[in-house]
Amino acid sequence: MVPTLALISIIVFIVIQLPPGDIVTSTLDRLQASGVEVSAEQVQNLRAQYNLDKPMYMQYVHWIGGFLTGDMGYSYLYARPVNELVWERMGYTLIITFAALIFVWVVAIPLGIYTAVRQYSIGDYTLTSAGLIGLATPPFLLGLILMYVGYEWFGVSIGGLFSPEYREAPWSWLRFKDFLSHLWIPMIVLGLGGTAAQMRIMRANLLDELKKPYVVTARAKGVKPFKLIMKYPVRIAINPFVSSLGLQIPFLISGEAIVGMVLNLPTTGPMLFQALLNQDMYLAGSFLMLLSILTVLAMLASDLLLAIVDPRIKYE
Amino acid sequence: MSDPVEATPRQLGWRRFRRHRLGFFCAMLLLAMYITAYLSDFVTPYATDTRNVSAINAPPMSIHFIDKNGQFHFRPFVYGWDRSINPDTWAREYRENPELVFPIRFFSRGEPYKLWGLIPLETHLFTVQNDQYIHLFGTDPLGRDMFSRVIHGARISLSIGLIGATLTLFFGVLLGGLSGYLGGWTDRIIQRIIEVLQSIPHLPIWMALSAALPVSWSPLLTYFGVTIILSLLAWPGLARQVRGRFLALREEEFVVAARLLGARKLRVIFRHMLPNFLSHTITIATLAVPAMILGETALSFLGIGLRPPVVSWGVLLQQAQNYQVIVMSPWLLIPGLFVVVTVMAFNLMGDGLRDAADPYSTQGQK
Amino acid sequence: MDPIIQINDLSVQFRTDTGITQALDGITFDVERGKVTAIVGESGSGKSVTANCVMRLIQPPGYITGGSIQCRPKANAAFDIVSLPDKDPLLYDLRGGTISMVFQEPMTALSPVLKVGNQISEAILCHRNVTKKQAWREASDMLEHVGIGDVERRMHMYPFEFSGGMRQRAVIAMALVCNPELLICDEPTTALDVTIQAEILTLIRDLQSELNNSVIFITHDLGVVAQIADYVVVMYQVRILEIGSVHDVLKDPLHPYTKGLLAAIPGTAPPGQRLQTISSVVDPKELETPYPLVTLNNGRKVSLPNNQIRKGT
Repeated sequence: MVPTLALISIIVFIVIQLPPGDIVTSTLDRLQASGVEVSAEQVQNLRAQYNLDKPMYMQYVHWIGGFLTGDMGYSYLYARPVNELVWERMGYTLIITFAALIFVWVVAIPLGIYTAVRQYSIGDYTLTSAGLIGLATPPFLLGLILMYVGYEWFGVSIGGLFSPEYREAPWSWLRFKDFLSHLWIPMIVLGLGGTAAQMRIMRANLLDELKKPYVVTARAKGVKPFKLIMKYPVRIAINPFVSSLGLQIPFLISGEAIVGMVLNLPTTGPMLFQALLNQDMYLAGSFLMLLSILTVLAMLASDLLLAIVDPRIKYE
Repeated sequence: MSDPVEATPRQLGWRRFRRHRLGFFCAMLLLAMYITAYLSDFVTPYATDTRNVSAINAPPMSIHFIDKNGQFHFRPFVYGWDRSINPDTWAREYRENPELVFPIRFFSRGEPYKLWGLIPLETHLFTVQNDQYIHLFGTDPLGRDMFSRVIHGARISLSIGLIGATLTLFFGVLLGGLSGYLGGWTDRIIQRIIEVLQSIPHLPIWMALSAALPVSWSPLLTYFGVTIILSLLAWPGLARQVRGRFLALREEEFVVAARLLGARKLRVIFRHMLPNFLSHTITIATLAVPAMILGETALSFLGIGLRPPVVSWGVLLQQAQNYQVIVMSPWLLIPGLFVVVTVMAFNLMGDGLRDAADPYSTQGQK
Repeated sequence: MDPIIQINDLSVQFRTDTGITQALDGITFDVERGKVTAIVGESGSGKSVTANCVMRLIQPPGYITGGSIQCRPKANAAFDIVSLPDKDPLLYDLRGGTISMVFQEPMTALSPVLKVGNQISEAILCHRNVTKKQAWREASDMLEHVGIGDVERRMHMYPFEFSGGMRQRAVIAMALVCNPELLICDEPTTALDVTIQAEILTLIRDLQSELNNSVIFITHDLGVVAQIADYVVVMYQVRILEIGSVHDVLKDPLHPYTKGLLAAIPGTAPPGQRLQTISSVVDPKELETPYPLVTLNNGRKVSLPNNQIRKGT
């Protein structure tokens, strides 16, 4: 895992540095656009202050060294340490991502089982079609549509994680309830694509398993239908489902970026976007690294989970 | 009992694909879409930047056959708009004016254009007379016909999908095959690269890379830049599958048998192993196209992919960024509908191909 | 004559996109209580379908389109298996309780993620109201009875840790653990080594004589029929051609097809000669004509036109 993350950090650094110019040039552009003049000497000083006059590899070392010791650097765009900016945003990102993951889990499993067991029924066709549409709709489009529907049909303005009065308030039970009442929208917008995908996977796996001999044996033993389905084919079909669920997490994490921008959420997406446009290296790099770490951890966790759930793997 | 009918795998495959009616239908639908997109200059009445100042932010027009007197006309027509300003909201409002009848003409002359940039023509599939207008999908805030823009945009969006998927296929098969075939250090290095690339969250990296595309680049360069960026993160998935198949096949008995019979390595690969996973691989590549289309749409929507004056569905959706716009002009979301339909069609066709590619699998919906 | 199962005019169809296939056509025979009845025939003759019907395991696209299967359990009233509704509790009692089945492929018959002990004791728990511990104990006893050593440890193992022969023994244990009145074995030894085959056959025969249950034994191997069965039903292409005691049918086959089967056993055929094919022994068109089963003097049945049945039989 460590070499992977090391390589990722190098890639992230390179990607951040790709755009021509840097935070100083983009700051200059902004200043000059508002009519402020900056002398060459000031530019030089700025450069030195931001460590931008050092060679590339030194900048990388400086950054990654700081990152590993917990100091994620300084955001020139917001004039605050990155640590302050990042954690709150990451917190909301994590909550929304996991809420979406739970949504996927809770909805996809029963629906997947149902459509497999009642294949060719009306319920199957309806759910499978709905699933296909859900798969095909990009999250940001779904967010836009929901915003429209919310406004036109319900007169509600959807977006953000809090109502205006709770936004800056300290945590309280009321604030928490307000949060929950807003949470379900990003949860669904983000999770719908994954739910559709997982439902299809569960359905396909289960259909495969339902035809297998051990199911017939169990039926021949006299096991009643519900128990038969759950204890035998579902128990086995769950295994690849669990591992593919782990693979959903990277999609959720990356989808969250754009959903955050459409729905105006205080998450990593909007801030990362600004940081990238302005080449705020420490901020953007830290976000990317954190998101990558999250992805790697999630994939690791799903591998572990699979090993726990399937005794065959342990044996091997 | 009848004689058992024998069929080659290819015949079985084709038969199965055709039986999977939905997949087949989607394949035809997509073919029609691509053809329409490439003939977009002909199919649409207007160019992408033609502005109509008498219909700014106008809603879609309905096609009528029966006029206000109840009379039936063979030639369909649309009504012109009456524009007024709502005294309360200060918003522009449009009402159909039954007096302004604009008959739709087919295969008639309209704006001149150059088909594929080469052939100067003036004939359009359908259009209206010079001083009239037709906006089947409404207009945008600059008065540009959405129908024309959507169809023109299809060309870009659909082709990015194809080209991106082809690149993905190429790199995926090449690197996955090398990895599986050569083994050893090559395998380990490529495996590591795949693992790293798959661990990076896609959209943030796409965002980062796209933000790096110089604004000064020409639309064409940007187009290729975006395509390459999209396939850069897609090929690892394919390579992994190819490698996995390769490794599994290497141990299969028929490969061992071929080698024992004295076949050279290259022959074993091309004659025996390749046909086995080629269909599987092509199916996966087909399913990669929607991912490319969705990626380009997302990036352009954010403003960091393709940019105006290039028109793609993502660029069109960028105008629908906030909900005030959507509430006022929901027809600006129509490009999104096209994205959804295209992606669905590719997914269903991919399903059909997957069933057909493995004629001996018993899985398959009706 | 005390039949535990009476099958009468059973017909089964499979309906798929490519058409309707007749899987059974007018199957009629009795299964004698306490005896081993073998069903013999080639692949596709309908042997397994018949067995699955008795257990009501046929599922769409297969449908039972006609006939009846009378089940006469010792303690309860007789009933028709075919006419029971799908979710009838009697069916759940039947499966695994009154009638059990052992399948052909031991390698895939058990769930790979559940312990062997779990799967065997489940059979008990489905039919009787006992504690888990009690069920586990009975399961261990039965597992030992079928010849598995070191049962305590084995009960906690997973199927993939068992060899093929051992797995089949475990499946047999699972089938017998509720003391069924009828045991159906669908080619239980076909997928095993020859030496293991012999062991499993011996096991089944010994268990049968000890528990005195009835057995339906499906096979394509006439040698096995000779070893283990009391009665034999010869099937060919979804019909029955001949029924009789093993002694009668094998010593003195009536139907030319049966004669051909016997003649094709390497060992009975003269050395150096080609083995008989079906068409060399009996006219295929004759074979495909569904002559009704004619009952003869000693209870034997055969499907032949009247003029072909020997006088005095």
